[in-house]
Amino acid sequence: MAAVTTSPEVTGVDTQQRAGRVAKVVRAIRELPLIPLVVLIFLLVIPAIFANQLAPHNQRIGVLDDAKLPPFWVSESFESRTVVQRADKDRLDVEIGLTNAQRKVERGEATILSGGEDGTVDPGDTLRFQANKGGSMEYPLGTDKQGRDILSRIMHGARISLMVSSLAILLGGGLGTLLGMMAAYRGGKTDAIIMRIVDIKLAFPSILLALVLVAAIGAGFTTVIVVIAVLLWARYARVVRGEALAIKQQDFIDRARVSGASNARIMMRHIFPNLVNTVVVLATLEVGHVIILESTLSFLGAGIPAPTPAWGVMVADGRDLITTAWWIFLFPCLAIVLTVLSMNLLGDWLRDKLDPKLRNV
Amino acid sequence: MQRFIVLRLLQGLLAVFAISLIVFSLSRVAGDPLAAILDDESGKEQIELLRKQWGLDEPLHVQYFTYMKRLLTGDLGTSFKWDRPVAELIIERLPATLQLSAFALIVTGAIAFPIGVLSAVKKDSWFDTGGKMFAILGQSAPTFAVGLILMWIFAVQLGWLPTSGKGGVKHMLLPGFALGYYNVAAIMRLTRSSMLDVLDAEYVKLARIKGIPEWKIIWKHCFRNALIGPLTYFSLIFAILITGSVVIETVFAWPGLGLMVIEAINSKDHITVQAVVMLFALLYVAINIITDVTYAYVDPRIRYG
Repeated sequence: MAAVTTSPEVTGVDTQQRAGRVAKVVRAIRELPLIPLVVLIFLLVIPAIFANQLAPHNQRIGVLDDAKLPPFWVSESFESRTVVQRADKDRLDVEIGLTNAQRKVERGEATILSGGEDGTVDPGDTLRFQANKGGSMEYPLGTDKQGRDILSRIMHGARISLMVSSLAILLGGGLGTLLGMMAAYRGGKTDAIIMRIVDIKLAFPSILLALVLVAAIGAGFTTVIVVIAVLLWARYARVVRGEALAIKQQDFIDRARVSGASNARIMMRHIFPNLVNTVVVLATLEVGHVIILESTLSFLGAGIPAPTPAWGVMVADGRDLITTAWWIFLFPCLAIVLTVLSMNLLGDWLRDKLDPKLRNV
Repeated sequence: MQRFIVLRLLQGLLAVFAISLIVFSLSRVAGDPLAAILDDESGKEQIELLRKQWGLDEPLHVQYFTYMKRLLTGDLGTSFKWDRPVAELIIERLPATLQLSAFALIVTGAIAFPIGVLSAVKKDSWFDTGGKMFAILGQSAPTFAVGLILMWIFAVQLGWLPTSGKGGVKHMLLPGFALGYYNVAAIMRLTRSSMLDVLDAEYVKLARIKGIPEWKIIWKHCFRNALIGPLTYFSLIFAILITGSVVIETVFAWPGLGLMVIEAINSKDHITVQAVVMLFALLYVAINIITDVTYAYVDPRIRYG
């Protein structure tokens, strides 16, 4: 009898506990910033890793005949313009020069709407021609002026962005963390010298320093990483120093020293583990910043050199065609904004979870 | 206080010295400046003559001292690219940059303060959420992307505003907003958080009890006090304006110093690059010192920290 009454109770508790555990997992998943994570995975991580397999076309060599094709949802459009002897540059949306018009008719690209009874093109005629070819799923996001697939280039661009930002942060963050720890641990002159350099570095507008540096060393993949690392380290050094100073005051550091641990051991085994959260949060918060820096440098022609499909380079390519082929500049722009936005949201979330003190940094 | 100011000035001088050293050595490493202006046909003698004329045959540290001596007497050298004194070029281009930056600052203030204040007053409402999204978006978009997207929407698609160049207020709207957007985001967040602090203060409760109308409490009593927070970030705002102006002037073909420095870098005109970057750095250090001193004046804890 007793066994009969207790067993349902036991299973009840058991299922309750299990339900509690499930709820915990569900809550943990719910608390994850899902949208930014999904965007990052599909826009940055997957394309970056599988660019070679996923990209439908070659990212460097285009098909010139397919140049400036619009994205797939844009259908072909026609335009009518008046033929004049010499087209006025400011009125190109209504006028077309005679030679240009004749060439178009010869190639069969245009038809004469009025005044063309004699079969030749004369000034005063109205010409109707295809303004835009239609887009197709062959090139889902269109092509640039060299006939290269924008989608493929954006995928390879993701790889560049991810590589530059992770390497630059690893280098800059590593250097900054090391110097910050040294400054805090050694104190005295070491501290004074390192922090003065930090002050000087922080007293200099970063893009300008980067431009001068790139102009000096010459643009390239390695240069960009080094330059961005040089821009980043100071902030790490300052934050890490502050944190490390607080940790150094605690008893366990003194105890480690009493038990005979070397300085290097105390720094690596006792101080650094307590800094990991801070360093990780800073790194996440900096990824967006680094992607912006890299794309700005590339846009200005001082970053990743031209044939490589970095997002900033792609925007610079499309800049001159903003009036006729908007998709060339717009899609890489959106890729940058979405990636950085998601990265910032993720960084904010991680900071609130791991290290809320950093909110003021 | 005096000691703080002197200390800060000395630090600033040190920073300027270090920057001048970095800028000088980097632009000399950048490659032979003569290579940019000479072609294969220039004779060897001609090259030697120019080298001597510009003092490029001296050791680097001598070149540096000559450069600094000239700099201190106000002689910034002659630009290779434009073949004119750099000082003249700067004086010619500076007003355009200042004009655009001032306009961007006004735009920033006009957008950021009202939205920041209203976000704090209507905390957690849809307005607050919208404002937050607007701010996060602003901090996630590179300035050139904002500029180009605005240009595409308002100049190309709608045809309301000119795409580029300098002219009246109409020419300034797009570059001004694009330049100010990043700062709008930062100032909005700061205004909101300092407003939230102030709205809880005792004197605000007293004002309410006295029956002062709510709008007056918000704008007269709270906003004035909440302003201190964002204003202390002025040096940061200024730094963003400087770097932003380089990008935005390139995007909108705005004939200011930013565009000039990009053109100079591209044609290895290191004398011009040095002068402009030094000017920017000097301005930046000066603004930093002024901000710090003002802040220390307002908040005594800083002085002794």
